Amino acid sequence: MAELTTETKKQSKLTELVKRMIMEQPLGTIGAMITLILLFTGIFARWLAPYGMNDPHPLSALQGPSFTFWLGTDNIGRDLLSRLIYGARISMIVGLTASLLSVTISVILGILSAYIGGAFDLIVQRFVDAVLSIPSLLLLMVVISLIGTGMWQVIFCLGISNGIGGSRMIRSLVIGIKSNLYVQAAVSVGAPTWKILIQHILPNIMAPIIIIFSMTVPSVILAEAGLSFLGFGIPPPAPSWGGMLSGSARKYMFKDPWMALWPGLALAIVVYGVNMFGDALRDLLDPRMRGGAGRYGTILKRRISKVTAKENPTE
Amino acid sequence: MGQHPGDGRNCIRWPVTFELGILALIVTQVIALPIGVYSALRQNTWGDYLARTFAIFCIAVPSFWLATLVIVFPAIWWHYSPPLLLIPFNKDPIGNLKMFIIPAIILGMSGAGGNMRITRTMMLEVLRQDYIRTAWAKGLSERIVVMRHALKNALIPVVTLIGYQLPVIVGGAVIIEDIFGLPGLGRLLTDATESRDYPIVSAVVLITSIVIVVINLLIDLSYGYLDPRVHYE
Repeated sequence: MAELTTETKKQSKLTELVKRMIMEQPLGTIGAMITLILLFTGIFARWLAPYGMNDPHPLSALQGPSFTFWLGTDNIGRDLLSRLIYGARISMIVGLTASLLSVTISVILGILSAYIGGAFDLIVQRFVDAVLSIPSLLLLMVVISLIGTGMWQVIFCLGISNGIGGSRMIRSLVIGIKSNLYVQAAVSVGAPTWKILIQHILPNIMAPIIIIFSMTVPSVILAEAGLSFLGFGIPPPAPSWGGMLSGSARKYMFKDPWMALWPGLALAIVVYGVNMFGDALRDLLDPRMRGGAGRYGTILKRRISKVTAKENPTE
Repeated sequence: MGQHPGDGRNCIRWPVTFELGILALIVTQVIALPIGVYSALRQNTWGDYLARTFAIFCIAVPSFWLATLVIVFPAIWWHYSPPLLLIPFNKDPIGNLKMFIIPAIILGMSGAGGNMRITRTMMLEVLRQDYIRTAWAKGLSERIVVMRHALKNALIPVVTLIGYQLPVIVGGAVIIEDIFGLPGLGRLLTDATESRDYPIVSAVVLITSIVIVVINLLIDLSYGYLDPRVHYE
């Protein structure tokens, strides 16, 4: 019985969040829809794509949009729409897995660094300083040139480098929570450290973790595209959106500008959508943002002022 | 290819990246500060919505795509292409600036979005404080309240953000130099990484990291000027 009530409670919390998202954050809802479309396209790429991602149609190379090839074809006659759809799968996999890895590393490093403190914290933080002072793209290029290109290498590198940088934020949050009375109480009744970390500290930073995750996804997707564009990401013929804009494609863009247009447009829309979704999530989950700051708040205020203006027409 | 990191090529190349980076930073601030301040002063008006949409646009549009479009479409429509050889600043300053301004705008735009949002948030926070109300109550003009009282206090996080954006600008410079064919440190790095010339790679990474650390130090020191409550002993 108790289980049942907690489950319905959880469900109602989620539906409440969705309701508030639609009511208060119209742009965030659009962002959420774009994110869902990306996930859907990525998962069902095989069934959605009209042609295979690497099927050449040499007779109809470098064509503009037509009824047979909706977005046109590239220099060896591959269907651009199919490649974009498969590219969504790559962006989705890289975005989600690299962000998950990154957030996991941030949480472990940040919590330990803040909770243990002392010399350990000092050493870890100087290490984080060193990583942050090197431009991440340069670091990624160098590391990938050492370990080789490929999707899992890119995910691994992006996850680790973002995770180390992100641990700063988790650390500052945990330092704030550490001094709370309930943590001291847990220590004084003799709770083991791992239990304090997982049961008392982790739940309190869950909302920021979700926010950091949603902010990491678009930046990781952009970073993967940038790396693939430079030739240090996912090697051809895999249809990464960044890779589709680089290499031999660049020579043919002057003959067929559609090749230059679509992958970047897809990238921009996805990054916009996930960013808006993340922003809206932050506004909804962060208690400091509640009341008045959101758009809903201003609409409410306007309604109230209208009503009061009607009631007191002299004002 | 060069066997030693110090064979002279770094010395010739860093001014290109330096100029590109400085111009990009200027572009970032020129776009971000006025629009961010305006957006905060006219919160929740059409101008504010437009400015915020523009900020998200700056963040979402990848710079390498924008640069590709800038190269491809003018070439098709007007048969224009950017100059292939570097024009040195001391020989032809205007030609040099003409060559750098488009890459700098594209590079600066990616940072402008984030900067604009921080400026807006900080201005909103500062504008609600008591001393601003006092300034309004004294009957000061909007220009003085905003420029003297509010902006200076809102600027501190913005200046901090510049420090965070430097690595991003350097990373972006690698891509932009590759597209526009500017012979800077970024191009040197991509070439060296492709040919596995690791002494050059480590030299470039070391130089850029040192520059970033030094600039971050200067930013930390500038708080003393921006915020009189901060003192360094």
